[in-house]
Amino acid sequence: MPKEQSGANILIEALSDLGVEVIFGYPGGAVLPIYDALFQQKRIRHILVRHEQAATHAAEGYARATGKPGVVLVTSGPGATNAVTGITDALMDSIPMVVITGQVATHLIGSDAFQEADTVGITRHCTKHNYLVKSPETLGNVIHEAFHIATTGRPGPVVVDIPKDVQVATAPYKKPGTINHASYRPQVKGDIKLIEAAVEMLAAAERPILYTGGGIINSGPAASQILRELARITGAPVTSTLMGLGAYPASGDQWLGMLGMHGTYEANWTMNQADLIVCLGARFDDRVTGRLDAFAPKAKKIHIDIDRSSMNKTVRVDLPIVGDVGHVMEDMVKVWKARQHTKADLSAWWKQIDEWRAKKSLSYPPSTTEIMPQAAVQALWNATHKKNPIITTEVGQHQMWAAQHFHFESPNKWLTSGGLGTMGYGLPAAIGAQLGNPNALVIDIAGEASIQMNIQELATATQYRLPVKIFILNNEYMGMVRQWQELTYSSRYSESYSDALPDFVKLGEAYGWKGIRIETPDQLESGIAEMLAYDGPVIVDCLVAKVANCFPMIPSGASHVEMILADDQVSGELDDEAKALV
Amino acid sequence: MHIKEGLKERHTLSVTVTNEPGVLARIAGMFTARGYNIESLTVADITEDDSISRITIVTTGTPAVIEQVVAQLDRMVPVHKVTDLTLLGDHVERELALVKVAGTGDHRIEALRLAEVFRANVVDTTISSFVFEVTGASTKIDRFVELMKEIGLVEVARTGIVAMARGKEAI
Repeated sequence: MPKEQSGANILIEALSDLGVEVIFGYPGGAVLPIYDALFQQKRIRHILVRHEQAATHAAEGYARATGKPGVVLVTSGPGATNAVTGITDALMDSIPMVVITGQVATHLIGSDAFQEADTVGITRHCTKHNYLVKSPETLGNVIHEAFHIATTGRPGPVVVDIPKDVQVATAPYKKPGTINHASYRPQVKGDIKLIEAAVEMLAAAERPILYTGGGIINSGPAASQILRELARITGAPVTSTLMGLGAYPASGDQWLGMLGMHGTYEANWTMNQADLIVCLGARFDDRVTGRLDAFAPKAKKIHIDIDRSSMNKTVRVDLPIVGDVGHVMEDMVKVWKARQHTKADLSAWWKQIDEWRAKKSLSYPPSTTEIMPQAAVQALWNATHKKNPIITTEVGQHQMWAAQHFHFESPNKWLTSGGLGTMGYGLPAAIGAQLGNPNALVIDIAGEASIQMNIQELATATQYRLPVKIFILNNEYMGMVRQWQELTYSSRYSESYSDALPDFVKLGEAYGWKGIRIETPDQLESGIAEMLAYDGPVIVDCLVAKVANCFPMIPSGASHVEMILADDQVSGELDDEAKALV
Repeated sequence: MHIKEGLKERHTLSVTVTNEPGVLARIAGMFTARGYNIESLTVADITEDDSISRITIVTTGTPAVIEQVVAQLDRMVPVHKVTDLTLLGDHVERELALVKVAGTGDHRIEALRLAEVFRANVVDTTISSFVFEVTGASTKIDRFVELMKEIGLVEVARTGIVAMARGKEAI
């Protein structure tokens, strides 16, 4: 019989057994026993954030950049409710994360005790699964099961709520063996008959496209390699969702750029005119499809996804294959080679695609007096891409410009809030990514509005000597809101101006960061060089053109081929049907 | 602007789940969160060691929605198996109701006569009232309740539907 130890110690033991090296958290009354246990050990490093939401985004950044699950520790009540945004973010973007929340003692549950909240009730809908642990005897197994669920199948957040008396009470702990869950059995391998059918469809297609997504990143680096092989042997063009950027190299000949609302002209037209779409670890999100009844009208669709509920959710597909996209692609390549298929003659298709490419849809009006935000992202890419940096973003125009103009060559380098669209994600995510990759260059491309949503995390980076860089594209507007108001509401700028902005340089300096301001195009290169030369955290306030808009754009309610390419094609008022769409 | 809706079908689903705290809230919550309908939901454990519960859900939606309901249930961690009995074909559905009727004289005799027709049992009686237990398809119970309104219906309690596929196989 193993020796009895406190629930708090059991938690630490279990986390160590699971290989956890770092947790992001914030102490409080209901987790004091766990914090005391943390104090008395050296195996797990605790990173003290300044707000619980930031702990969750930091854990997401860590997870996305390393492939390991992110771990969060917060107290009951406000600690748990503050974590809800990040938990929901992780659910939407399928990020493996385990959140430990303190809870009031079991006999106080339901009595409206101090800092009590119904954490399992509140997080039931924003987690993959959650637990309330009622005895220290079950704690160890629950922690191991939580990690199993968070990291397998379609990854996601799991909350484990631990009442304070369970942290204090004692029980024996033994590391469990392989978890054989009674009901949770995700399907990893795809049905080989369906895979063979997919290969035949791909071999026969005249106008195929590979539509890739975040599932490939989640499957692991091997899946990105096998995607490259699949693209090479089939010769098919490749596009990606926001979440999948980096799975296929942006420098590859078959790369069309991102698709969807702010995707390239060639990616969206190729989707629209294709005779076969192979969806690999993506989910036909509304940002990707545009108007559903006009989405890819000529295409047969193959959908490969580990989550059965993603099949036929918004778009009916001809061939759904449930399985890990990496494994399924591997089998597809094997079958393709075994059947000695050769690359089909897709020259007519590529000729057509090259015509769409010639539109140069990512071009923008140049300026000699102002810094165009797109030019700022390009300058940042020019100066840093050889270092293979990790880029995080906030949410809005800057995020889309970063997706369009920063070119990714490998997975796990692009960290952004895709599904939930959470402003304030970028800085804590950069902190998490830097902790997982101490020697990497980590840059948060931010907007002046978003960055203020978790600005307190400047202190976290300072405390742990993390040399993260923040590059603010400051246009003094919540730019994406303003852009939609121009498109939809006759430029009535309701509350979208960023008034009373702080002096970001001085603000950074107050937290012990270096601050740099870039005001004119001729300062751009030198300002970026200065940022890169500094061995420590830097905040760059880059003043950009105030009313630049993000194009191409598929307006809400429109189809892929109704893309807007430039400002002069829009303005005014949309009808109610379009106004009702997000 | 008007909100459009497609043609709806009614499906009966059988769901086996691990019998753990919160599992019913998890399932009912998924229906509300995703905007699905629940017409009826029954749940009880069906194993000797109380480890597994069987839930019968009657839901309505377009065929695409029903397919999603099944998939969304199936991906939940404590769910063992989801069976769409309507899609499977032949199955039996039963519901039990307790129906309280008050009255004297002819009303009382008529109530008993109708109960016999519907094969309802008297499970409680006073000088001026009966409680009937009636089992059957929901439509049968609807009809029985409708008739009792004329006689002196006081209140009704219904279990909701339980269902099972015909034939020798388990789901």
